Amino acid sequence: MTVRTYRQALHDTLRGEMLRDENVFLMGEEIGVFEGSYKITAGLLAEFGERRVKDTPIAEEGFTGAAIGAAMLGLRPVVEIMTINFSLLALDQIVNHAAKIYGMFGGQAKVPLVIRTPGGGGQQLGATHSQNIELYYAFVPGLKVVAPSTPADAKGLLLAAIRDDDPVLFLENLALYNTKGEVPDHDTPAEIGKAKVTREGHDLTLIGYSRMAYIAKNVADALAESEGLDIEVIDLMSLRPLDRATVVASVKKTHAAVVLEDDWLTYGIGAEIAATISDGAFDYLDAPVRRVAMAEVPMPYSKVLESAAMPTNDDVINAIFQTLEAVGRRLKKVGQSHD
Amino acid sequence: MSDSALTKPKGAVKKSAAKATRVGGATTTQSSKTSSPPKSSPPTRPTAKKTATRKADAEQLITFYRDMMLIRRFEERAARAYTEALIGGYCHLNLGEEAAVVGLMSALRETDYLFTNYREHGYALMRGIDPNLAMAELYGRVDGVSKGWGGSMHMFDMTHRLLGGYGIVGGQLPLATGAALAIQYRGLDEVVMCTMGDGTANIGAFHESLNIAALWNLPVVFVVINNGLGMGTTVAKASAEPEIYKRASAYAMAAERVDGLDPLLVLAAAQRAVASARTGRPFLLEVMSERLRGHSVVDPAKYRSAEEVAHLAQFDPVPNLASRLLKSKALSAADLHKIDEEVTARVDGAHSFAQASAVPEVSTLFDYNYATPVANDSRRRPGDPLFAVVARGEVVR
Repeated sequence: MTVRTYRQALHDTLRGEMLRDENVFLMGEEIGVFEGSYKITAGLLAEFGERRVKDTPIAEEGFTGAAIGAAMLGLRPVVEIMTINFSLLALDQIVNHAAKIYGMFGGQAKVPLVIRTPGGGGQQLGATHSQNIELYYAFVPGLKVVAPSTPADAKGLLLAAIRDDDPVLFLENLALYNTKGEVPDHDTPAEIGKAKVTREGHDLTLIGYSRMAYIAKNVADALAESEGLDIEVIDLMSLRPLDRATVVASVKKTHAAVVLEDDWLTYGIGAEIAATISDGAFDYLDAPVRRVAMAEVPMPYSKVLESAAMPTNDDVINAIFQTLEAVGRRLKKVGQSHD
Repeated sequence: MSDSALTKPKGAVKKSAAKATRVGGATTTQSSKTSSPPKSSPPTRPTAKKTATRKADAEQLITFYRDMMLIRRFEERAARAYTEALIGGYCHLNLGEEAAVVGLMSALRETDYLFTNYREHGYALMRGIDPNLAMAELYGRVDGVSKGWGGSMHMFDMTHRLLGGYGIVGGQLPLATGAALAIQYRGLDEVVMCTMGDGTANIGAFHESLNIAALWNLPVVFVVINNGLGMGTTVAKASAEPEIYKRASAYAMAAERVDGLDPLLVLAAAQRAVASARTGRPFLLEVMSERLRGHSVVDPAKYRSAEEVAHLAQFDPVPNLASRLLKSKALSAADLHKIDEEVTARVDGAHSFAQASAVPEVSTLFDYNYATPVANDSRRRPGDPLFAVVARGEVVR
């Protein structure tokens, strides 16, 4: 185990995979000479050369589609789209080609592509640079979507994504790049499609992914200390496929759930989690499933307004307390105590 | 090649007394009902007086004629099958483009790759795909070249290096560019050909792909089949620069425009383009052609007048080549008839094969979700509940 930042874990994994497999190569804007907009790929051009670290023109549709075409011939491109906002320019290639080529040609061509891209607002970047639209990709059959929240998971899921023969959208987050954590030295890929219980508990299930999984763990630990609450935390890890079984098993145990997400509330990722819990744990719920999400506005630039739009730790804590209060009222009503 | 109608962007424009011209095309602002030559563009039709066809050319032309007839009869049979509800959805035909198709495909090695749009049946046949398997795909059967998953627009065969078959206009261009990138990455000498229609020249992916290809010296030939129409929108109404080959200069890319009526001219131009791409200089080849019928089998093409359609008939490459072969005595009328009989029998056989092929099992619906198996894949039919339904009284808390 070594303590690394999320950024370093990504960098090291990319480098390790490029050393291991000659077919792995990188494409993206400013990943080479500029060393990466967020410095994930720093040093890789110098080490591997232009053939394997390709600075692209500003042409998301063109270079993402090119990566798909190269993948059809058996190369294993890892494309960096500078932020998930710009992925919209490549939406047609991702949704209509990456996701569908394997299926619509009867399984004759695989697309072993990885698209790495950060979401995350909160840095006063303005409306078009602050969106979290992973939902658009989690929605599409044929894609896999993963979202690591720790440096260790960044390594594990990136290994899995690169070695997977399907197109994987690898969701990073601007706020997570500098976070630190212990990273295993061995190269063991994580399992795509599986969620992780990052804290066991009995009072309530707190569910999140990416930055919100990180916040969920911190809030649960803090509430354990300050309030003696015993909250179970689930890091979804994978948005497509979604590990419904882990979520439902947890809520069957705790009888209450709060979902945390950085995307917009209406039709967001949390809506699918809530529907899943309602379907799989209906008779086990003592309160409605609560979601904490971003305010549905184009993200303003002014710091005060931006902060008001984004979910805070307090929003999370309030949602937990309100849900537990609702649980208490219900149990009182039905004459039960919390087990 | 004295009757060449080729033009290069910077070369001198050859003016010849073209007897007839295409109507409804990009290059004239005149009424579409006139027959005068286009005023502003290089001529795109061979001169009336042709030179004698050489012997080697004659043999090539006979092969071309057979291939063009196969495409012609296959497409006619597909149109008929559509009316018989054996084919559903979309069905776009290569009728009128046969010379372009055979000329282009003959310039490729077996190891070169092809990406096309959705007007692809003729290309599939010329890549060497068995007409049985192509027809089975149209009929949605398991023996189809895409196992029934693609249909008319999404044929694919890795062995014959037909890499699709795409319905999104321009979508195939970035893919083709990337395939060329993979070839370059591996240091191989294969070439990618990417065909498209005239309407495609206006979509963003055209710009991005040509720029990337030229910038990175990729082995790709972009081919615009200019038949003068998107669906019903003329090139003049869609393209600020209707001479599409000229757009290559924006990327410092080589380009040519060729008359698609003569398969030998198409072959020669395609060979020049492919040779250029093989050295790492990508190429834009514009092939002037005609679409004899509507955009697809369900399009009655009411935007074309009866006179226009009658006028088009003289640009039908199949009877054009037939009369050329007869005139040069390369073939007799009996020979032509025999070829027709043979290809018609072949196409009838394809229909029988396709009809007899099984439809896919519903149990295979999720077989191609992913290439790499993964946990928790959502394999639910519309009627399936998310979880087993549990009656209220059964829950033990």
